[in-house]
Amino acid sequence: MAAGVAAWLPFARAAAIGWMPVANCPMPLAPAEKNKRQDELIILNVSGRRFQTWRTTLERYPDTLLGSTEKEFFFNEDTKEYFFDRDPEVFRCILNFYRTGKLHYPRYECISAYDEELAFYGILPEIIGDCCYEEYKDRKRENAERLMDDNDSENNQEGSMPSLSFRQTMWRAFENPHTSTLALVFYYVTGFFIAVSVITNVVETVPCGTVPGSKELPCGERYAVAFFCLDTACVMIFTVEYLLRLFAAPSRYRFIRSVMSIIDVVAIMPYYIGLVMTNNEDVSGAFVTLRVFRVFRIFKFSRHSQGLRILGYTLKSCASELGFLLFSLTMAIIIFATVMFYAEKGSSASKFTSIPASFWYTIVTMTTLGYGDMVPKTIAGKIFGSICSLSGVLVIALPVPVIVSNFSRIYHQNQRADKRRAQKKARLARIRVAKTGSSNAYLHSKRNGLLNEALELTGSTEEEQHMTKGTSLIESQHHHLLHCLEKTTGLSYLVDDPLLSVRTSTIKNHEFIDEQLFEQNCMESSMQNYPSSRSPSLSSHAGLSTSCCSRRHKKSSHLPNSSVPATRLRSMQELSTIHIQCSEQPSLTTSRSSLNMKSDDGLRPNCKAAQITTAIISIPTPPALTPEGESRPGPGSPGPAALPSSANIVKVSAL
Amino acid sequence: ADSYDDDVELLTIRHQPEGLEQLLARTKFTKTELQSLYRGFKNECPSGLVDEETFTLIYSQFFPQGDASSYAHFLFDAFDADHNGALCFQDFAVGLSVLLRGTEQQKLKWTFDLYDVNKDGYVTKEVTVGNTGGLVGWGHPHGHLPAPCVLQDMLEIMKSIYAMMGRSTETALGASAPAQHVELFFQKMDRNGDGVVTFEEFLATCQEVRGFGQGPSSSSSCL
Repeated sequence: MAAGVAAWLPFARAAAIGWMPVANCPMPLAPAEKNKRQDELIILNVSGRRFQTWRTTLERYPDTLLGSTEKEFFFNEDTKEYFFDRDPEVFRCILNFYRTGKLHYPRYECISAYDEELAFYGILPEIIGDCCYEEYKDRKRENAERLMDDNDSENNQEGSMPSLSFRQTMWRAFENPHTSTLALVFYYVTGFFIAVSVITNVVETVPCGTVPGSKELPCGERYAVAFFCLDTACVMIFTVEYLLRLFAAPSRYRFIRSVMSIIDVVAIMPYYIGLVMTNNEDVSGAFVTLRVFRVFRIFKFSRHSQGLRILGYTLKSCASELGFLLFSLTMAIIIFATVMFYAEKGSSASKFTSIPASFWYTIVTMTTLGYGDMVPKTIAGKIFGSICSLSGVLVIALPVPVIVSNFSRIYHQNQRADKRRAQKKARLARIRVAKTGSSNAYLHSKRNGLLNEALELTGSTEEEQHMTKGTSLIESQHHHLLHCLEKTTGLSYLVDDPLLSVRTSTIKNHEFIDEQLFEQNCMESSMQNYPSSRSPSLSSHAGLSTSCCSRRHKKSSHLPNSSVPATRLRSMQELSTIHIQCSEQPSLTTSRSSLNMKSDDGLRPNCKAAQITTAIISIPTPPALTPEGESRPGPGSPGPAALPSSANIVKVSAL
Repeated sequence: ADSYDDDVELLTIRHQPEGLEQLLARTKFTKTELQSLYRGFKNECPSGLVDEETFTLIYSQFFPQGDASSYAHFLFDAFDADHNGALCFQDFAVGLSVLLRGTEQQKLKWTFDLYDVNKDGYVTKEVTVGNTGGLVGWGHPHGHLPAPCVLQDMLEIMKSIYAMMGRSTETALGASAPAQHVELFFQKMDRNGDGVVTFEEFLATCQEVRGFGQGPSSSSSCL
């Protein structure tokens, strides 16, 4: 029942008095009014913008958030209003839905944002009014396609898929020539031979000068052997290619049925048929016809050219328009041919000998070609001829824009796909940088925690302030959480290095940071200037002995990493030196060097989902943090090390 | 073109109700009740006037299975006090005031007026005027020949009430159910057996048969 009509319900109930004298049975009791109260205004505060409405307006739809008691969760006692921390623009539409009973979709709104808001307020999108429903559905479909596109390309471009069989690699090489150099070479070679083949077919027929004593010959006959060799070479290449594709195809049956494979077959069959059929006079005519099919080799170019594929796809999708064009043209041709035939029947020596003969005239006239080989001579013929040409223009012009617009749409879609792919690469790269930079935050704070303890003993308050000031409450809680996880599992976090597998060695390595590399990283990061989205990645060791949940009681000293500001670098190195001296690590050098090697590879794409264990929490980099703040989201710093569990806290005086 | 122009005209007619004070005087509603009533009314009919078609549409929404159009027609006539073909807010409020806040007698009078389709002061059973002379004077006690049309008071009302129930009930009960019901009604109401029910008879019967305060139209339960 529409919302507004509910307002008339009291009226309908009152009017039911008309039934009462007539009724034979007593009337049922009226439902009790529970808590009948005066209609009151309620205030909905959505991100600061206040909306007010009657309570009963909202209660028209009791299965939504605003209409049910669910909104009580959002009631703010102090201000006596319902506060929603959501988008006020979309809320306008939602509130209008309660008022008018019709849900509208504003065109300027992003479809996914709108969907989210609808989901939040418990409103089904199906009730969007007719005026806006089509637009909503269109945009939703577009968005879904786009997402699917993205997902697809993502799947395709996933890093190295380790378990591809040889056959699968081959197929991938065929489909995406950019995957490996061999594929690219293959791609270009086949392209070259297609071109060669097509050109030879063309040149074969060019008259090539005269052999003395005979008439002019086409080149094909003059240099028959050469052309035959060329042809053979091309066909061999094509055959090999076809067979390879057939072998590599994931579904051979589907491959055989596909258009490209048919083209391939048609391109090479004439040669083989020609080989088989020798100089049999009867079939040489048919043989010549077969040679025509060689021209189909040019269609093999469509694997190399995306534009060709788009064109083909357009024609396929415009099949109905093309069909209509054909049909209407046929109708018009028949009509006009008939008319012209009977009009010209009277004139002598008329070329319009029959209706089919008139077809040619009609076609030539309607397409405004006008060869002039057939011309009407009678007046009636001329009149009808002119009508024919005028109508021809119209009939042909009508379906063409449809085809053109289809082509344009598909072409732009493709462009968009390419553009998106390029943008995506850049975007992903930047995201990776941010992610790797963020993992430093945790380790940095660990170090801070350590130094805090260390410094507590030395009593250097200045450092403390520097350290502790930076981390916000959320950050510190987050770091604490990660720390607890470390303690639970007995492993610890390193900066992302997906090639470092989880090692269980008890060796903890400290990484000396190559100063130059670090500074370079700093430069990069400051230019990128990311407010952190952080996600550390999991790596190595076992055997940390510090207790969980209290930095204060840390016994061991973890020396993390990377985003140590240059100013502190030396001090850190000193600290680490001291630490190392205290520890009992034998094979430090080797591991360190190996880590060094890996780190020198620079930023590694941190894309393995398995190694990212936490969600990205966006925490703005506190500006209060001194130079550290800038350099914190630094890209791929070399793997830090947690120092092993020496039970001593080393007092550092150098700091 | 005509209907379009008519539509345009209807849109441009806007009717403003008489002032709140006057309405307060004419009806028994409180100020807040009137305000709330008007808000609902204006929401549904922004132009301020309800024509019969819209009225029927709105009323039919309460009875989705049946056909409420005929009953809605009678209701419309009952509410449209000045018989100008459109309900304005005054009509609406005054009518509702009677139904919800009126005395029993006022309510019964209203109901009687509802039944009295041809507004001649008598509720008749059914009268057909035709060449069968026997029925001519049957419905009308004063001997006037009614105009050559079909007078069907109660039967029409009854049929329209049954129509609201929907087609399924009609087939189940048969087409004669309304007629039987009318018979019962007249047996109860028609005291002097003259074939028509006057208001006095109606009033007397209703007051003695049952208290008229129950049912969906009891006063406070509506607003």
